[in-house]
Order: sequence, then structure tokens, then C-alpha cells
Amino acid sequence: MSAATAQRSTIVERLTKSWLYIGLIGIGVVSFVRIITDTDDLTGAGTIRAAIIATCPILAAALGGLWAERAGVVNIGLEGQMILGTWGAAFFTYHYGPWVGILGAALLGLVGGLLHAIATVTFGVDHIVSGVAINLIGAGAATYLAEAVFPEYEGGGPRQLNGLEAPAQVTIPGVSDLANTISDQHWFFVSDVASVIQALTTNISTLSLLIFALVIISALVLWRTSFGLRLRSCGENPQAAETLGVNVYLYKYVAVLISGALAGIGGGFLALVASSGFSTGQTGGRGYIGLAAMIFGNWRPGGLLAGALTFGYTDSLRLRDTQSVHSLLLLVAIGLLMFAAWRACRKQVKGALVVAAAGALVMAWFLLTDSVPREFTVMTPYVTTMFVLALGSQRLRMPAADGKSYRRGSAG
Amino acid sequence: MNGRLKSVGLALLAPAIAIVLSILVTTLVIAAVGSSPGEFWSTMFEVPKPRLRVDIVNQTAMIYIAAVAAAIGFRMGLFNIGLEGQYTIASFSAATFAGAAYLGGFANVAASLVVAMVVGAAWAGIAGVLRATRGVSEVISTIMLNAIAVTLVGYFLNNYGVKEGNSVHTKNLPSGTTLGGWSPFEDRDGDIWALAIVAVLVGVGFWALLNKTRFGFDLRASGQSESAALASGINPKRMIVISMMLSGAVAGLIWMPALFGGARNYGTSFQVGLGFLGIAVALLGRNRPIGMLFGALLFAFLSVKSNDLTFGTDVSPSIVQITQGVAVLAVVVTYEVVRRWRTRLEQRAVSRELTATTGATA
Repeated sequence: MSAATAQRSTIVERLTKSWLYIGLIGIGVVSFVRIITDTDDLTGAGTIRAAIIATCPILAAALGGLWAERAGVVNIGLEGQMILGTWGAAFFTYHYGPWVGILGAALLGLVGGLLHAIATVTFGVDHIVSGVAINLIGAGAATYLAEAVFPEYEGGGPRQLNGLEAPAQVTIPGVSDLANTISDQHWFFVSDVASVIQALTTNISTLSLLIFALVIISALVLWRTSFGLRLRSCGENPQAAETLGVNVYLYKYVAVLISGALAGIGGGFLALVASSGFSTGQTGGRGYIGLAAMIFGNWRPGGLLAGALTFGYTDSLRLRDTQSVHSLLLLVAIGLLMFAAWRACRKQVKGALVVAAAGALVMAWFLLTDSVPREFTVMTPYVTTMFVLALGSQRLRMPAADGKSYRRGSAG
Repeated sequence: MNGRLKSVGLALLAPAIAIVLSILVTTLVIAAVGSSPGEFWSTMFEVPKPRLRVDIVNQTAMIYIAAVAAAIGFRMGLFNIGLEGQYTIASFSAATFAGAAYLGGFANVAASLVVAMVVGAAWAGIAGVLRATRGVSEVISTIMLNAIAVTLVGYFLNNYGVKEGNSVHTKNLPSGTTLGGWSPFEDRDGDIWALAIVAVLVGVGFWALLNKTRFGFDLRASGQSESAALASGINPKRMIVISMMLSGAVAGLIWMPALFGGARNYGTSFQVGLGFLGIAVALLGRNRPIGMLFGALLFAFLSVKSNDLTFGTDVSPSIVQITQGVAVLAVVVTYEVVRRWRTRLEQRAVSRELTATTGATA
């Protein structure tokens, strides 16, 4: 008993310590790059604020992916469910205000999830095939419904609905001002932390807070409750779960429905917070980026949060000035070189050399140019994911029965 | 004979149910938003005007090429979701090459087609190589490659394209190398593009490849059972890369009929979404050359005929996207149900015969 608790506490200690160190080093490097390249915008509160807004929809979609895939269902239909969510948010917000709007977004996403669950769980259709069909239906339905319904609304047209009420924003008075003063000093390290705090405490949307809270809730439910354990067992080994009396179909249904609802909320965020209204084609492939963030994060809540933040941060820099994107190159170069050094320490010579070469290339790119074309920043999440998959595919571990068709009674 | 008739009947059952289901859902959606489904269907089922008939043929050709590209992957058990990116980057490259006019006349057309195929194959090959060497799922990598292709083409177009007002496009084809086509009706109704013939060639080629060559056998074998294929001396990694590249090469041809027929440059006239339509049609047609032809015709008819909706009715043309999507989902579900049903029928037949023979010997 005592040994178990002792062991457990060391694991917790080790994990929190290593995350703490990585986090501290990360902030240090960012701060260093900011001062070297003289781009205060790199960690300005404005940038962080934009990054949070860009992160949230990706994060919601990634969470949706996590729920479905942990129960063994691959959900490529996230994009379609997200599109449905944008329409749902617009329609319900127009009539009943933002919070019902978010519920509406979740409801429409859930309908997309239900379609996916019926096709994949009940009928055993290939998960990718069903997902592709749902993306077609989602895009078509949102376009059609917008054209059919929104032109008659105030501020609406066949392809958009503007002037929707956004969910409330929160400011924590004392902290916000203090953080603002410190971040304006542009000190090493301290000001960077202060801008993050400032962004988190000044005019932050309650929906952002909700989505961040959902990450923690998902992690707790999936990994700390017996419900979560059963759900994950359906993704690892459904036959074994069935022999233990778990209703596999039910758990898969619940997981895919939650997945759709989360993607829908992500769509709702796009329509209500990230912009001031609905427009057709608003998601721009963010459902796919969410999927990428989840894979990047190795099917873990903490990992997908890191992935979504990375993608959201690059996405937000793109909208600001090209100068800060250029200094980001230095950041990437330093990051890669540090990663190479870490690999070299662990005697993985070949891997270290590959990463070091990539780092040197990015460094050369930084030193030889003054700006990065806008399109290259757009590509960043996709290229990063390709690299992570290509270099780290051995270390990524997805649920064992992920994407496999399962039929009730097949355990014999 | 009776058994054969029965199996044909079962094969047609699934698409029939799917079409009925998608008609039903479409009707319900239209009624739900308060429009008239009757008006919608009567407009859709009117005989199309000559101009639209020409459009339907052209669209069928392009969708069919896309469907064949998807089917090559499917038959191998690979999911090439990246058709969209492959034909985008291939079309751009071919249009750039053709516009530069290194060659004249027909040689330019032929060389451009080769460029399109090579670029498409190379882009798909990235996913193939990653899958074969690193075990990266081709679904994820092709989704990423789609996005990268679109942004990359945007970058090149913005920086090296010809600017004209608000739009950018590649250099126009030199006048000697547009192919025009054949106009079955009056001139103002437009041409059936000359390169629509590519669809026929690709379809026949696909059939011959699968059924008449060693490679086609290897491909189907690997698609059905990788271990069996390996046991009979097929190198699965090589098959993955080759079939992925083949799929990409065909994908490169998707938009070529339009480029040399009407568009004359890569720009605003480029038609996006054909890749996903192709995947849908391949699923609808069960990856069979004839089945996909009907699927492509159906989808082209729906897309083109929906243009009439803006005049006669208050239903917006995008409704057919729902019809198409539901048709695909319904068809895959009903195929699965029919397959299970058929297995059960066969099991029952076998057990009946078994009891009959054992009863006779006893």
C-alpha cells in the first residue's frame, strides 16, 4: 500500500517536473529569440490573444477526435460535423442568444456524429468511407440550409449571417492590469509570462475557457473514471471488453456522439468568437488540423493541447506581421538543434544527425532571408504533422483496435 | 442461370435502395425549410437543354477519371483521399508547362498530359513511400498533402502568375494547342471537349489492367489479403508505392479535358472538388468500370441540372450536394447490409445441403 503510493507520487513528481522543465526552457528560448530578433510581437499579449482564439476551434476538434478514436472509431467526419456546428451556432444564436447557440452547434455536430455512429458501429461500414460521406453531407447541408434560411434574417445573406451576439467575455481586474504593466517592460522571461497571464485574464471569451476546461474534463473522465476505462477498452480490445460485460456498441455510440458534439462546438466557436458571424466555408479544413493535432499529441489530452497550441500559434502569427513569422524560424531552428542534442545524449546518432541537419537548414533560411511568404506559414501545421508522422511514427501509439470494424458477438 | 440472375439482382438492390433513400432525404429537407419538393423534382427531371447535355457529358468525363483514380487505390486496399491535392498540383504544373509553349501543336498537348501524370504520380508517391517505409497511414498523409498542394499552388500562382484585374492565372495556352471539341448541337451550346476521350481510355485501361494483366492480379490480391499476396511472391511495399503513384498519375489527368477544351489556363476557371466527387463515385460504383460510369453520369446530371433550379424554383442548387452525400452514405450502408444478408443466405444454403447429404448417407 505504502509502496504503491510512494511509487505513484514519484511518477507524478517526475512527470510534473519534466513538464515544468520543458515549459520553463521553452519560455526561455522564446524570450531569447524575441530579444535577439527584436520582435516584441512574438509574445505580445495581442499575439497570445489571437493565438488562443485560433487554438480553440482546433482544440475542440482534436478533443472530438480523441473521444471517437479512444473508443476505436476513426472520425474523419470532424470537418463535416464542424461545418454543421457553424450553421447550428448561427441559427440558434440568432433566435435564442449565444449560449443556446453553442448548444445548437453541439446538437448539429451531434447529428453528424450520430450518422457516423450508425454507419460505422451498427452497420460496420469502413470508418474513412463514412467520414468522407459525412464531410460531403455536412458541407452540402450547411450551404443549402444557409441559402434557404439566412437571406430572410437581419444581417443575413445566402452565404453569411453577421452581427451575432458573442458569449460574454471575462476580465480579472487586478491581475490583468498588473500583468499588462509587467509585459510592457519587455523583460527577459518575466514579461513573456506576464503577457500570457494578461491574455488569459483580459477579455477572454467564456467559450474559450469552456473549451480549455473540456480538455481537463475529458482527461479526467477518460482516464480517471470506470466509464472512461470501459470506453477506452472498446478502442483497445473490444472483444475482451465484451467478454467482461461492457456494452461495446453503446460505448462506441456515446463516444462518437460526444465527438461530433465537440467538433460542433469548435464550429460554433468559429462563428461566434473567432469571427462575428457565420459564413460558408468558414472552417477551412480546421477539422482536419484538429485530427492532425490529435495525432501530433499521440492520442493524449496533454499532447493534443500542445499540438493545438502550436498550430494555433502559427496560425495567429500569419495574421499579424511577417517580421514575427520570420523570427519564428530562429525559434524552430533552436528547437530542432536542442532536440538533436537531446537525441545525441541518448546515443541516437542517426536520428540526431537528421534533426540537426533540418535545424541547420532552417537556421540558414533564417539568416539568408528577411521574410517568409504568407503561404509557408499556412502550410506549417500540415508539414509539421507530416514530419512528426514520418520521424516519430514508431513512437506514436494509437488505440490498438482503432479504425477496425467490430461486430457484436464476434468474441464468441 | 437462376443463381447468376439472383446475384445481379442483389448487386443492383443496394444502389436502388440508396437512390430511393437519397430522394427521400432530399425531399424531406426541402419540405422542412418550407420549399416545394414537387417543383424541385419536376425541374430536375425535365429533359436538359442541349447546352446542359453537353455540360453533363463533359462533367461525367472528369468525374469518371477521378473515380478511376480512386478505384485504383481502393482495389489495392489503399485510401487515396489525396486526389484533390494531386490533381490541383498536376493541373497547375501542366497548365504552366503548356502555357510556356516549349513545343507546338499536338506535341505540346501530349507533353503536358505527361507532365500532369508525372506530377500527380510524384505527389501521390510521397504518401506511398511514407506508407511503405515508415508505416504512415495514407489517409492522414494525403489529407496533409492536399492542404500543402493547395497552398503551394496558391503561392506559385500569386508570385509567378499572370495578373489580370483581381484574378491571377497561368499563361494562356498558345492558340495552336487548344483542342476545342465536337459540338453535337448548335455552336452556341458548346463543345464536348476533345480530351473527354481520356475518360474512355482510362476506363478501358483500368478494366484491362485489372482483369488482363499480371499486375492487376497482384493489385487485387494485395487488396484482398496482404498475407496471401506476400505468400505468392508479391512485394507488398512495392505494390503500395506503385499503385499509389498510378492512382496519382490518373488523378493528374482529371482536369485536363477542361484545360485544353475551354479553360485555356489555370486560374479562376479551375474546378475544385472533383477529387472528392471521384471518391464518392468510386464508392457508388463499387470500383467497377461500368458501375462508376453510371455513378459519374448520375453525379454529373445532378450537379449540372441543379443550375436550372435558380430560375424555376426557390430551392438553391446546393441541395444536390446533400443528395450526393446521402447517396454515398446510403449505398455503402446498404452494400454492407446486403453483404451480410447474402452471407447468411449462403450459410443457410450450405447447411441445408449438408443436412440433405448426411441424411441421405445415414
